[in-house]
Amino acid sequence: MLIHHPLLGPRDASEFVYKGDAALIHRPDWQSEDAQAQFADYGYLRDNPAGPLRELWFHEQGDRSWLVVTRDTTSHEITSVELASDVARREARAT
Amino acid sequence: MTGVNRLDGGLIDRTKPMRFTFDGIGFTGFEGDTLASALLANDVRLMGRSFKYHRPRGPMTSGSEEPNALVALRSGARKEPNTRATTAELFAGLSATSQNRWPSLRWDAMAVNDRLSQFFAAGFYYKTFMWPAAFWEKVYEPIIRRAAGLGTLSHEPDPDSYDKGFLHCDLLVIGTGPSGLMAALTAARAGADVIIADEDFLPGGRLSAETHMIEGQSGAAWAAASVAELQALPNVRVMTRSTVIGAFDHGIYGVVERVSDHLKEPFAGKPRQILWRVYSKRAILAAGATERPIVFENNDRPGIMLASAVRAYVNRWAVTPARQVAIFTNNDDGHRTARDLAAKGVDVTAVIDTRLDAPTSADYQVIAGGVVVQTWGRLGLTQIEVRTPKGESLRIPCGALGVSGGWNPNVHLTCHQGARPVWNDTIAAFVPGNSLPPGLIPTGAADGAFSTYEALSSGQKAAHVALSDLGIPHKVSDLPEAEDAPVNITPFWHVASAKRAWVDQQNDVTAKDVQLAHQENFVSVEHLKRYTTLGMATDQGKTSNTAGLAIMADIAGKSIPEVGTTMFRPPYTPTAIGVLAGRARDEDFRPIRKTPSHVWAEEQGAVFVEVGMWLRAQWFPKPGETHWRQSVDREVLQTRKSVGICDVTTLGKIDVQGTDAAAFLNKVYCNGFAQLPVGRTRYGLMLREDAIAMDDGTAARLAEDHFVVTTTTANAVPVYRHMEFVRQCLFPDMDVQLISTTEAWAQFAVAGPKSRALLQQIIDPPFDISNDAFPFMACAEITVTGGLRARLFRISFSGELAFEIAVPTRYGDALMRRMMDVGAGFDVVAYGTEALSVMRIEKGHAAGNELNGTTTALNLGMGRMVSKKKDAIGSTLSEREGLTEGDALKLVGLKPVDPDHNVPAGAHLMTKGATVSAANDQGYVTSACFSPNLGCHIGLAYLKSGDSRMGEIIRLVSPLTGVDHDVEVVSAHFVDPKGERLRA
Repeated sequence: MLIHHPLLGPRDASEFVYKGDAALIHRPDWQSEDAQAQFADYGYLRDNPAGPLRELWFHEQGDRSWLVVTRDTTSHEITSVELASDVARREARAT
Repeated sequence: MTGVNRLDGGLIDRTKPMRFTFDGIGFTGFEGDTLASALLANDVRLMGRSFKYHRPRGPMTSGSEEPNALVALRSGARKEPNTRATTAELFAGLSATSQNRWPSLRWDAMAVNDRLSQFFAAGFYYKTFMWPAAFWEKVYEPIIRRAAGLGTLSHEPDPDSYDKGFLHCDLLVIGTGPSGLMAALTAARAGADVIIADEDFLPGGRLSAETHMIEGQSGAAWAAASVAELQALPNVRVMTRSTVIGAFDHGIYGVVERVSDHLKEPFAGKPRQILWRVYSKRAILAAGATERPIVFENNDRPGIMLASAVRAYVNRWAVTPARQVAIFTNNDDGHRTARDLAAKGVDVTAVIDTRLDAPTSADYQVIAGGVVVQTWGRLGLTQIEVRTPKGESLRIPCGALGVSGGWNPNVHLTCHQGARPVWNDTIAAFVPGNSLPPGLIPTGAADGAFSTYEALSSGQKAAHVALSDLGIPHKVSDLPEAEDAPVNITPFWHVASAKRAWVDQQNDVTAKDVQLAHQENFVSVEHLKRYTTLGMATDQGKTSNTAGLAIMADIAGKSIPEVGTTMFRPPYTPTAIGVLAGRARDEDFRPIRKTPSHVWAEEQGAVFVEVGMWLRAQWFPKPGETHWRQSVDREVLQTRKSVGICDVTTLGKIDVQGTDAAAFLNKVYCNGFAQLPVGRTRYGLMLREDAIAMDDGTAARLAEDHFVVTTTTANAVPVYRHMEFVRQCLFPDMDVQLISTTEAWAQFAVAGPKSRALLQQIIDPPFDISNDAFPFMACAEITVTGGLRARLFRISFSGELAFEIAVPTRYGDALMRRMMDVGAGFDVVAYGTEALSVMRIEKGHAAGNELNGTTTALNLGMGRMVSKKKDAIGSTLSEREGLTEGDALKLVGLKPVDPDHNVPAGAHLMTKGATVSAANDQGYVTSACFSPNLGCHIGLAYLKSGDSRMGEIIRLVSPLTGVDHDVEVVSAHFVDPKGERLRA
């Protein structure tokens, strides 16, 4: 697979380490009422779409940036690649 | 001498004769021959024995789809079983042997299976060999295993090497037939970067096997001229002997190039085969088509082949498989073979065409509407019986029968990403469907366009599409003249009255097996395949799948497309595991990492251990020591008595800098770091988000905004990855930067009562490391040996007064030697990982064994370290009920009641008096060693409510290894429990 790194251009997927669903960016607020339940959902529940999925990839053999890759799980087509820190800032929730 | 079956012409080089042997007998062939063509030239039709029934078999094809003629090529360490004689390029000195027969090919004892065929129908092993039950393991399975399989391995290490390479191109053309060559010429002339690959050693595809003309010259000559033009262009790479084995994601193709399989031995220093990853922007599948046979009674005798294969042997290799040849066909293409044979003077004894309106000929008899109903000639075809539409029975003599049931486009690569082909009624075959791997365009016969002109035209068109996609300007040029015959086929798949008729010849699957599958309700095409094993052999059903589907469709009353196909997956043809491994084998399987003191340790004769990719000194044997315990006990005792040095460079080091550095560490560690003073180090426990302990280490604060974090050796990479995840994905607005410095600093533990004294010999005067100035857990940036910058940490894994000293890596070797030198005066000893482990177990320090992926801070006895005042990874879920139950596991120490007993790691703990069972399990041993300081074995263990069971005698059991003795629950801190030595 090829991942088009926003700064470095197309790189082979073997330069990366895969983590999982980019929903991990939305970490719950530890001080909310039902924090335990929210953290349990955050840790254990995942959607499993047959279609586009936003995923986290780490460019371990490159610039060590985390990327949010939108990839179709059935066709493997990648439609978007962004720096995870950009996505995290944009979709910020309480720190 | 040159072979009784040789004809004139052909594309072989008669000026280069080559001697070779088959089953010990010598023959002569020519350059350009395959092993099969050379053997056929010498009137050898018998080349193998079938898998189950050990029936005599000869080549059915002339290509990589061959099911029968599998031989062992070469001998000794280079012996390669299951080599297709039809693709093995002949070389001088080639030696091959037949397989799956004993004692010989002509007299095979296992042929008795053919007489007992009713016991060996599809799935027989599910129904027989059941009783008595004990016999399965001892009798039946060993016999079946020995009987199964075709070839045997040499069992010697592979002496050859394999490489991996990377290629990039605008256009990858798969196949060098007319379609592929036309596509490549079109694209290359426009200036695109083109790679064209073919599995064959002679480019040209079917042009090499046919008598077609292209623009007035022979197809083979046109192919040669095209290849010459391509090879001369700087933007083209022509790869022969190169199979495109798979179509992977995003235009990436795998290509196996056989660099030297056609030579007696590889060129010195060169790889035998190369696995290329080709990164293409566009690709054209010009893989051609493969003919399929018709299924009839005893259709597997040596001499019965695909009609197109007979034609290839005649035209390309100048060989006729027999003096008298008949043809059995359901389409016009079978007649082509008869015409080409007749043109070379071979006796065509009959063309049996299942169609009543079959074309006639002046040169041979055509039996229209006839079917072949029987064959004779166990070791080689002698005659066939034909039933005419009138019901007559004709005996026709022939040593070879060319069978043509139509052609199957080679769609395989179009299916590698999950698409299925679609049925085309005009050619009665599957063609590529609409969902293709992105960027891949099928053309020519691979797309169901069978005439030479259609191949040229579609190849050119596909190249134009690709060039347009690539934005490369191009002109349309004229196409050369070539034949454009339409496909005339009336589907006829099998002779229904046949009793023993083969569908898959390699796995010995008959039409009756397909019927059996249907009878037992295995009607899905996926079940049909797995139950009968049809299409599961090394040829992957290339000449048998369609007939199998057709027969199933017939019985089930469905159409062929309704039955469907199974999925094609890479590799397209059998691929050596060696080429997939490349250079990653033996010591080179993965990189070796050496510590800065490695050379010095080797000089001392250290014994090394693999820790991940690292080599670490495990112990340093001294002359006279014959057992590792002698060395390890000595290193432990001497370190605790005077001073020991150990290389701890391998532990992860991460530099954390920025105004939010402390706040960041507060997120990744469950305990607090905001208040850690500059110049102090603190133990840190890192949890996973689910509160399971992930890693532990220390964080040293060198400045307000500068920490040095350590990790365990094994987790250096994952912890760094995790910390970057937290920084970039969770807290992107924190002002903090990270970098791994594991390899940047050489680091040594200097431990023992004399450690300070030793270090004072090398630490430069301005730096005071007395207990007052540099107490336990202090850290500082210093210089040593007259100005070399260093970092000093007063941390202790051993429990002794200890320091860790770090210098830039390139000085590590020199520092080790200097410290051992000045240490001589303090009775210094070098210690390895064994002694390191013994000492930390004696001290009760947790390590990887205790952080086993199931344990929490509470289990480690560090429950109170998880701060409730701040948010950290794992802190919220650490309060879950299930993790805080009253009888949670707690880390304890164990001492055997009888000092002669040991404490095996992994043993489980039972309350005295309780039955030994999983239900009564109280915990398990995580770490154990012999303690020279206590004079007995000790262990660390997790025990339910262990912290309130001190002094209890419990049972330590390991039922699998027969261990069962009493141990006492004690504090994990066996040595210096008050920590007085630490703080000295």
